[in-house]
Amino acid sequence: MVKAVMSRSSLPPSVFWRIGEAIPSSLQMVLTGLSVLLPLAVWLLLANSLWADPRFLPTPQMVLTAIGRLWQQGLLANDTIASFGRVTSGFLLAAVVATPIGIAMGTFASIRALGEPIIGILRYMPAPAFIPLLIIYFGLDEAPKIALIFIGTVFFNVLMIMDAVKFIPKEFIEVTYTLGGNRRQVLLQVITPYIVPSILDTFRVNIATSWNLVIVAELIAANEGLGKRIQLAQRFFRTDEIFACLIVLGIIGLVLDLSMRFLMQRTCRWAFPKR
Amino acid sequence: MHLDVQQLSKVFTTRRGPLLVLDQVSLYINSGEFVCVLGASGSGKTTLLRIIAGLETATHGQVTVDGHAVSGPGSDRGLVFQTYTLYPWLTVQDNIEFGLKLQGMPKGERRDRVHHYLHIVGLGRYAQLFPHQLSGGMKQRVAIARALVTEPQVLLMDEPFGALDAQTKEMMHEFLLDLWRRTRTTILMITHDVEEAVFLAQRIYVLTSSPGRVKEEVAIQLPLERTYRCKRQLEFVQQRETILDLLREERLKAIA
Repeated sequence: MVKAVMSRSSLPPSVFWRIGEAIPSSLQMVLTGLSVLLPLAVWLLLANSLWADPRFLPTPQMVLTAIGRLWQQGLLANDTIASFGRVTSGFLLAAVVATPIGIAMGTFASIRALGEPIIGILRYMPAPAFIPLLIIYFGLDEAPKIALIFIGTVFFNVLMIMDAVKFIPKEFIEVTYTLGGNRRQVLLQVITPYIVPSILDTFRVNIATSWNLVIVAELIAANEGLGKRIQLAQRFFRTDEIFACLIVLGIIGLVLDLSMRFLMQRTCRWAFPKR
Repeated sequence: MHLDVQQLSKVFTTRRGPLLVLDQVSLYINSGEFVCVLGASGSGKTTLLRIIAGLETATHGQVTVDGHAVSGPGSDRGLVFQTYTLYPWLTVQDNIEFGLKLQGMPKGERRDRVHHYLHIVGLGRYAQLFPHQLSGGMKQRVAIARALVTEPQVLLMDEPFGALDAQTKEMMHEFLLDLWRRTRTTILMITHDVEEAVFLAQRIYVLTSSPGRVKEEVAIQLPLERTYRCKRQLEFVQQRETILDLLREERLKAIA
């Protein structure tokens, strides 16, 4: 009797459905494994079943072979380097331009009033819509591709860095004034170090956009690159090679993300206090 | 050093119209004194301190330090906030050093001065730790050292122990009193805690609420050497009760 009342009035315990709490690390590992293995198993079963046409849905084995073949032909490394170079140039350019503008807009309401409306409009123009214009201006070489990545990333970088600066506690700025600091010192010695982790996180998020855009650019006009490889594979109906490139793209993205996180935790230990 | 607040008024513009938060507040503090401004919430006491610090401007009246009107924040008036405001990316030592760096003091001199204040607040062993590795009481001791290192004319404190637990708070009171006696720093502290004010201050300004006015100036008659035991002595209790009665009177008026 007492037990029945208890169970009705108190929250029953749970492991899987805990809200806002960590799960045991063993369960964490199992679920992480399942997250990748489950879709892989579904693919394996589906592609090897009788109804699947391997020309449309290649088996994982075929894709693995395709990756090996592309690698042996030297195409995979070549294409990855080409795409990677474009992403790096375009993204670095966007980062170098966006960081000071974002910090300035976050720090000074005046600069924000000047910049926010126009950037608000520009960022809603889809970057791929600029491709024809970029080809007219820059031809078919590397320049239009890098410019596309730049356009597609720079405004998001600016706005996200600006937001990070806006959320710096006012007390940090005020206490600096009472220690005899001037505005320039507040900007360079307080605001800037405070937002380094946010800036790195912004880059981590937006580099994904850069990868999207390099593929778009290469699908339209390129001699090499992972996007170009996919386009060629489509022309020759090589779905196994398309799948191969997609998987390589996914892995590159994961590696990039993890290394950015690592860099962030290494350089800004203070922002990740251990419990 | 003589800090003077003359006929200070502050009006905030709100959506519902102008709101008077400070009404002709006048007070002074002399070199080496420890003065508390005591008020309930809504007494505008934080606004008062922010105006003295130069972080806000008065609507009427002015603040002068040695006859010079305050027009903005400066290192002659050190400030300790209630919230923890240590720079999280700097170690304890670098936090304390920061103000000296801003002022362009040479490195050798800086190190000596930081070393001195690290020991005054008893944190010599923790110099290389980061703020997130410290307890609340330790954080406030670092904040006090950081404010003192530039040797301000007056140390302004805005409920510096408000976020601490009762035991830590009591320890910090003794610590601060000891520090004040040793360094002869002039201190102006804002608080709503009557016991804290009576224990620490030589003089207390009791503020009314909405708007804040100086209701009474009370001189505390206690020996300069105070330990936590003196909180149980009759003189202490009597002075605390006097001030509690004053504040209670204000509360009742506000309800009526």
